[in-house]
Amino acid sequence: MILQYLDFEKPIIDLESRLEQLRRVDDGTDKNLREEVAKLDKKIGKIRKEIFSNLTRWQITQLARHPNRPYMLDYVNHCFKNFLEIHGDRAFRDDPPVICGFAELEGERVVVIGQQKGRNTNEKIHRNFGMANPEGYRKALRVMKLAEKFRLPVVTFIDTPGAFPGIGAEERGQSEAIARNLLEMSHLKTPIVVAVIGEGGSGGALAIGVGDEILMMEYAIYSVISPEGCASILWRDTARAETAAEMMKITAPDLKKFGVVDRIVQEPLGGAHRDHKAAADALKVALVETLSALRHLSRQQLLDRRYAKFRDIGLIKRKAGGNG
Amino acid sequence: MVIRLFRRKDEGDKKIKIPEGMWIKCDACLEIIYKPEVERNLNVCPKCNYHFRIPAMERIRAVTDEGTFQEFGEDLESVDMLTFTDTKKYTDRLKEAKKKTGRKEAVVTGAASINGIDAVLAVLDFEFLGGSMGCVVGEKIAAAAETAKELSRPLIVFSASGGARMQEGTLSLMQMAKTSAALARLSDAGIPFVSVLTDPTTGGVAASFAMLGDIIISEPGALIGFAGPRVIEQTIKQKLPEGFQRAEFLLEHGMIDIIVERTRLKATLTQILRYLTGSGDR
Ligand SMILES: [Zn+2]
Repeated sequence: MILQYLDFEKPIIDLESRLEQLRRVDDGTDKNLREEVAKLDKKIGKIRKEIFSNLTRWQITQLARHPNRPYMLDYVNHCFKNFLEIHGDRAFRDDPPVICGFAELEGERVVVIGQQKGRNTNEKIHRNFGMANPEGYRKALRVMKLAEKFRLPVVTFIDTPGAFPGIGAEERGQSEAIARNLLEMSHLKTPIVVAVIGEGGSGGALAIGVGDEILMMEYAIYSVISPEGCASILWRDTARAETAAEMMKITAPDLKKFGVVDRIVQEPLGGAHRDHKAAADALKVALVETLSALRHLSRQQLLDRRYAKFRDIGLIKRKAGGNG
Repeated sequence: MVIRLFRRKDEGDKKIKIPEGMWIKCDACLEIIYKPEVERNLNVCPKCNYHFRIPAMERIRAVTDEGTFQEFGEDLESVDMLTFTDTKKYTDRLKEAKKKTGRKEAVVTGAASINGIDAVLAVLDFEFLGGSMGCVVGEKIAAAAETAKELSRPLIVFSASGGARMQEGTLSLMQMAKTSAALARLSDAGIPFVSVLTDPTTGGVAASFAMLGDIIISEPGALIGFAGPRVIEQTIKQKLPEGFQRAEFLLEHGMIDIIVERTRLKATLTQILRYLTGSGDR
């Protein structure tokens, strides 16, 4: 995989390549060179920390969409064993942007469902850039029902720019497919853990996002509309996406504060794309802990808790004495 | 009742204001029509059957028995939790919408009877920020579903909305989950939910409660869809077919149960409620 980088990552990348050059000539005999290597290494650490502790919401958006960022299948391969993919909605076709299957997490059987973007051009086209059609959501629902029937917990991975806006998608009921999943997930009689790993794009993300615990990677985003879409509607100018990202407050810390997200999973320094394994290890710890906590709840407790969770999300003003 | 919003079918959401007099021009057929006659006809053009968008209270008057409507939660108001400003402040947009509609939010909920059948109603108001769903709309729809369950009365929701309210960010997205969860409980309790789609029903409202009716009715010609036509055109880079995402298109594709003209709506709702609840004559 070719490492691509964002503008604000450039100072780090430049110093890193300089460091690599020095290391290549360093045969351990030159004391000065060794000192320079150590100094540069320290400097890189400092600069990286500086940049990453002051990221804007727009920069985080770019990290969430980073071309090298781990995708659903990367997490599945790192965190789970014996993944077995299953296909199709039994009505129209198999939709590749949505991946479903069985897997083992620390020896426990689970069902995994997620959205997969493509890494290269061919994959991107095959996966429709991570944008599902109605049959993708219906496949996900079919597999969730299997999980319920065979009492397996569900883990979902959110990473999509949004549901696909196309003629066929509308003809086959994109809005119904999303709505149906929201309803069914809200009372599915098995634990559901949701992980927002990259881009949480609107209803197309939420359609696999109703669950008992919502985890979010540190540099993922989750929004009601893409910053570009918001900018184009409210400012009539997609160039205002940066402002829109700031306004909508779409990062993990923002959403933790508003109660949309339960737990933030720390990414390795420099972002998940710099170390897939470290990112996956961190997510795995969170998934294992969350699932084992949910296992202690009875079905009724689980469903009541899930209902209350979504019922309570939101801020409104109730007039004292009003009958709201 | 004054008609303020005009829309030509082929011009999307472009609004044309016409001086308020006794004669108005129809959006769709461009004929000059006599206003009292249009109003008597529940704001449907007597020449071409175009269904004008109507405010929530007018909708309620058109389908419920006179004097039976009792509103719920009329004091709930939105909060600017993101301190959101685009070309205007969200707080100013809210103020303007309140002034324009005389309502505090984009949905009116309450109990009423329809030809003697007790029901719970929720009616979205497109005039209030495009009927967009923020936290108050989500709360009121969910509360209406819960009340319908407690009272064992059918729920009827009239949608008219561009979707989720961007100014309330991801919290407005979550209202899709909230409303759908409340409907799941209503459904589990075996209480009927009839969803009536009116022009337009799109985005996060279409992709949550609006498409979850046990029975889904639409007014003729209503625009219904997940993505807006403009977004689809930009994505696929081709012109959309005539009638795409209109009620008739959805009926043809099996996405809605029935198209009902506004003047027949109360009678049809009554018949449906009687079939689903077993009350009265069909
Ligand atoms: Zn007309």
